[in-house]
Amino acid sequence: MRIEQHPVLEFRRGKKIKFTFDGKEYVGYEGETIAAALHAAGIRVMRESPVLHRPRGLFCAIGNCSSCLMTVNGEPNVRICVEKLRPGMVVESQKGKGVVYAAGN
Amino acid sequence: MLAVDGIPTPEDLAAKIPPPERLAKGPVVIAECFQPIPCDPCSHACPRQAIGPFEDINEIPQVDYDKCNGCGQCITRCPGLALFVVDLTYSEKEALVKLPYEFLPLPAEGQEVTGMNRAGEKVCRARVVKVVATEKMDKTAVVWLAVPKELAMEVRHFVITHV
Amino acid sequence: MQQEISFVEIAVIGGGPAGLCAALEAANAGARVILLDRQDRLGGQLIKQTHRFFGSRSHRASERGINIAAELTGQVISHPLIEALTGATVFGFYEDGVLGVEQEGRVFYLKPSRVIVATGASEKNLAFPNNDLPGIYGAGAVQTLVNVYGILPGKRVLMVGAGNIGVIVSYQLLQAGMEVAAIVEAAPRIGAYWVHAAKVRRAGVPIYTSHTIKRAYGEQEVEEAVIWQLDEQGQPVPGTEKDFAVDTICLSVGLSPLVELLAQAGCRLAYVPQLGGHVPLRDANLQTTVPGVYVAGDAAGVEEASAAMMEGALAGLHAAYSLGYGRAGYEDRRRELQHQLDSLRSGPVGEKIRTGLARVLAG
Repeated sequence: MRIEQHPVLEFRRGKKIKFTFDGKEYVGYEGETIAAALHAAGIRVMRESPVLHRPRGLFCAIGNCSSCLMTVNGEPNVRICVEKLRPGMVVESQKGKGVVYAAGN
Repeated sequence: MLAVDGIPTPEDLAAKIPPPERLAKGPVVIAECFQPIPCDPCSHACPRQAIGPFEDINEIPQVDYDKCNGCGQCITRCPGLALFVVDLTYSEKEALVKLPYEFLPLPAEGQEVTGMNRAGEKVCRARVVKVVATEKMDKTAVVWLAVPKELAMEVRHFVITHV
Repeated sequence: MQQEISFVEIAVIGGGPAGLCAALEAANAGARVILLDRQDRLGGQLIKQTHRFFGSRSHRASERGINIAAELTGQVISHPLIEALTGATVFGFYEDGVLGVEQEGRVFYLKPSRVIVATGASEKNLAFPNNDLPGIYGAGAVQTLVNVYGILPGKRVLMVGAGNIGVIVSYQLLQAGMEVAAIVEAAPRIGAYWVHAAKVRRAGVPIYTSHTIKRAYGEQEVEEAVIWQLDEQGQPVPGTEKDFAVDTICLSVGLSPLVELLAQAGCRLAYVPQLGGHVPLRDANLQTTVPGVYVAGDAAGVEEASAAMMEGALAGLHAAYSLGYGRAGYEDRRRELQHQLDSLRSGPVGEKIRTGLARVLAG
């Protein structure tokens, strides 16, 4: 949920940006992270753990803990807590470890 | 007990309440700072030097109640929001409590709010007398509350409740 | 493949309070500084500190952290001797003193004459059943969501940890419009400054010391948390459980210094619980056991931001001095900064830091 009024802070949001999460379209703002845009839309489950298949979300928000890895524009293991939202991004929850297919494989 | 639940005991408070003779004279600061921490803005805040100067920034503020005139300029300088001004002479039945407030919405002058004590319990209806929020105060407003006189040393916060 | 290596005078890694002050102090002495930060803006964790800082005038007491961040960042960016690179991750500190840097997919190498490592710290986790459920965050992560991006992670939160961060973030969540169900603290006493505890308490937030979280419940996300009491031996007491219907749990159970680069550089580290974990040995100028490599801020030991700023300044001053800059007035400035740092640590709340520092200070 977005904060509209705050006693100390003023939030200057950038331009509106469209992106998709698991095939559905959402709107975020330029300058915010993918994690922020997803949270604003109430989405907190980012991936499924590789072995026990447990849901995982955001934890550290500084790119340190790897809890929030997602597949972005086809690239797995993106730390969405530090990756900025860009227009047209295709964000997908990640299942498993994430495999990179190199050309020729 | 402060260290255990965040609530000062009556003994903690006893040392912070000015003598009755001083309270009878009008507004005065109550410095609810109980722990030596490295912090000294209050000692620089008072135009009449009623607090400080400190020799060591870990000193607990001691108020010179003869110098303090209850102007309240120190309230927004305290990073711990631990300074209050109490005026027991406000009216026959009511006392005035000036407290720091950093929430939205700010109440309106004349509005009825619910006074809370240091444990966060609702203790009375209170009336907002004045809301001071200048640019220099940098988002810490000072709200003047008229409260029942017997609760002048109890009410330290309020919530806006819609009736 | 041939790689270009740029020779620089002083590299500062990390643009938080320590790194910003290190860069400014060194550049003000006349040294050329390159400041690297992996985030896309400078300020480190200062950019979400909406509360007024403690300390004295020289530590910018009574100013809000966000304003300090803006002022320091402005000074750094406009300084002719500082080149500040954001989105620049230092990924390696090689044995010949070369730093590997990645910025927007581009890799380059630096060979600085002096390096100041001000990489900060990361949040610790806590073991309890279901602690991996979405909706459980480090307190600093929630502070970023709320105070940097203006987004609430949920409606009602349980805060675990009553140190300064736990209590301050609880207050900030109240300000932002969340309900704080309770703060729990395993220790028998509140670790935060009591004035912070008093202001959340009077706003109606109960603080349970000698309590910890027993487990979280929820299928896909947190729906409930159960806490229980700890006895004098720190053992949970069955039958004392309390349930909270919360959609968010914040963990504020300490920070670990980020010392990977210092370890790669070959700095001698020691495990010092009072400082948060493994930290480098250093002298009074913050120089580690590897000559020319300095540490400052939380990477040197977890402490308040005001102390980080003073440490950064001391490290920056000495790094510049050792390269021949700022000779005039050096001793006076060093003494002044040291005095400002000591005064922050001199009281009873500085005892833990003093004990920790006694184990890592040499020379």
